[in-house]
Amino acid sequence: MQFLALIYAGEGKDDVDMETLISQYESFEEEAKNVVLGSNALEAVSTATSVRVRDGKSQLTDGPFAETKEQLGGYYLFDCKDLDEALLWAAKIPSARYGTVEVRPVMLFE
Amino acid sequence: MDEIARIFRAESGKVIASLVYISKDIQLAEDALQDALEQASIHWPVQGVPANSCAWLYLVAKRKLIDNLRKIKTYNDKQNTDLIRQSIISIEGTSELEYDVPDERLRLIFTCCHPALNEDAQVALTLRTLCGLTVKEIARAYLISEVAMGQRITRSKRKIKKAGIAYEVPSHAQLNARLASVLKVIYLIYNESYSAFEGQTLTRQDFAQEAIRLSRLMVKLTPSAEVFGMVALLLFHDARRASRSNSLEAYIPLEHQDRQLWDDKLITEANKYMDKALAYKQAGQYQIQAAISALHCNAPSWEVTDWNQIRLLYLRLLDFNGSPMVLLNLLVAKSYTAELDKVYQELLLLETHLSDYQPYYAAKSDIEGRLALPVAANTSLDKAIKLSKNGSERDFLLRKRAASLKN
Repeated sequence: MQFLALIYAGEGKDDVDMETLISQYESFEEEAKNVVLGSNALEAVSTATSVRVRDGKSQLTDGPFAETKEQLGGYYLFDCKDLDEALLWAAKIPSARYGTVEVRPVMLFE
Repeated sequence: MDEIARIFRAESGKVIASLVYISKDIQLAEDALQDALEQASIHWPVQGVPANSCAWLYLVAKRKLIDNLRKIKTYNDKQNTDLIRQSIISIEGTSELEYDVPDERLRLIFTCCHPALNEDAQVALTLRTLCGLTVKEIARAYLISEVAMGQRITRSKRKIKKAGIAYEVPSHAQLNARLASVLKVIYLIYNESYSAFEGQTLTRQDFAQEAIRLSRLMVKLTPSAEVFGMVALLLFHDARRASRSNSLEAYIPLEHQDRQLWDDKLITEANKYMDKALAYKQAGQYQIQAAISALHCNAPSWEVTDWNQIRLLYLRLLDFNGSPMVLLNLLVAKSYTAELDKVYQELLLLETHLSDYQPYYAAKSDIEGRLALPVAANTSLDKAIKLSKNGSERDFLLRKRAASLKN
């Protein structure tokens, strides 16, 4: 099964300096290399643009879909046998320590 | 409950668990069992209850389940097809009488109590599947509509299926954390039997018995320190049932209970489980609560209660559960062993945390009474009466209030 782990944290609220955090992410990725199918980090939420099409016209908003205390900062796509395994890996993502990792199964179309 | 209904209740958990193992889908398993129960309701009154009623229900339900699975076109997963094939072979080769239904209930209980489901959903799903209660019965106990309870259960079944919650006993690394969640559900079911519903004595007792049944099942399937602790705790509590109320009083506190009415057989059994728990030498919150109950149950009278030991146990319980409720109990135990005035000062500090908790004011009133502060005691008692959510407890407090007016 595939699971998307969405990483939410307050921007600039990391509990260690950037260099340490990057090295922690590197060791996480080394450990998780057999289950990670893909991953990316996102630019700050201040760079977000939201699009809605209404009456055939694009309406743009400068900013995220919703203003929240913790912002989506990146994701991992895991391949795991079940939710328990995915949750174990999600708990190892360094930002889970101070932010929130939301785990969602990828929908299967049969 | 008639004989057939009793069998349904007793066997449905085991049957459902084995069916889910095949279908990996609780709803499909329930539908198949429902069909088997309908068949049984038709045939058993005429032909008599089969000697091996569990196997009868299982085999009939399994045939139905496999029929249904075949009808689902998307059901082409290789592994599951193999499972169905094996199941068919095993059905054809055995007679019902000698068939031993595999016990998969441990998988089912860990699945129903998965922490990815919210606690209300865990409790409802466990009562529905493991205990075989109807949605209507569960809804009545939790004072919500049958429709809302149905939705809660359906939603959690769907989440189990879609979210990839495995139908497995958790791996060793996760076992303790997951076990804690199962024990919490059993504890909640038992406690529900003591708090929520008023004037429904029958259902209340049913819930207590279901919790005890589940805890005994856990002892059988996965014995460990806290599991033994849980069953001991529930049995100690249940042993005092007959003394908690009588025809005149719906609630009698421990102090005034007639200890002759306590069930010695249950206390002996609970003591045995307590010993087994302690042999593991792994302390845990349910064992500590059981040990406290054990001290009450084994004390010949209220006067000789070993309050010092109880105080030490509550102190230890704080390591596992630092809630103000545990602190309150600690102070009550201390009130029998230490200088009452000092305990009272500590009790006052707790008020901000428990200002909407009835037992706090009941305990405060009691200590104020013992300190010869009648005005304060009555004020506290009035607060307790106001906060009381349970009719029989309220009646008890009102009687106490009336008695204080006479003095």
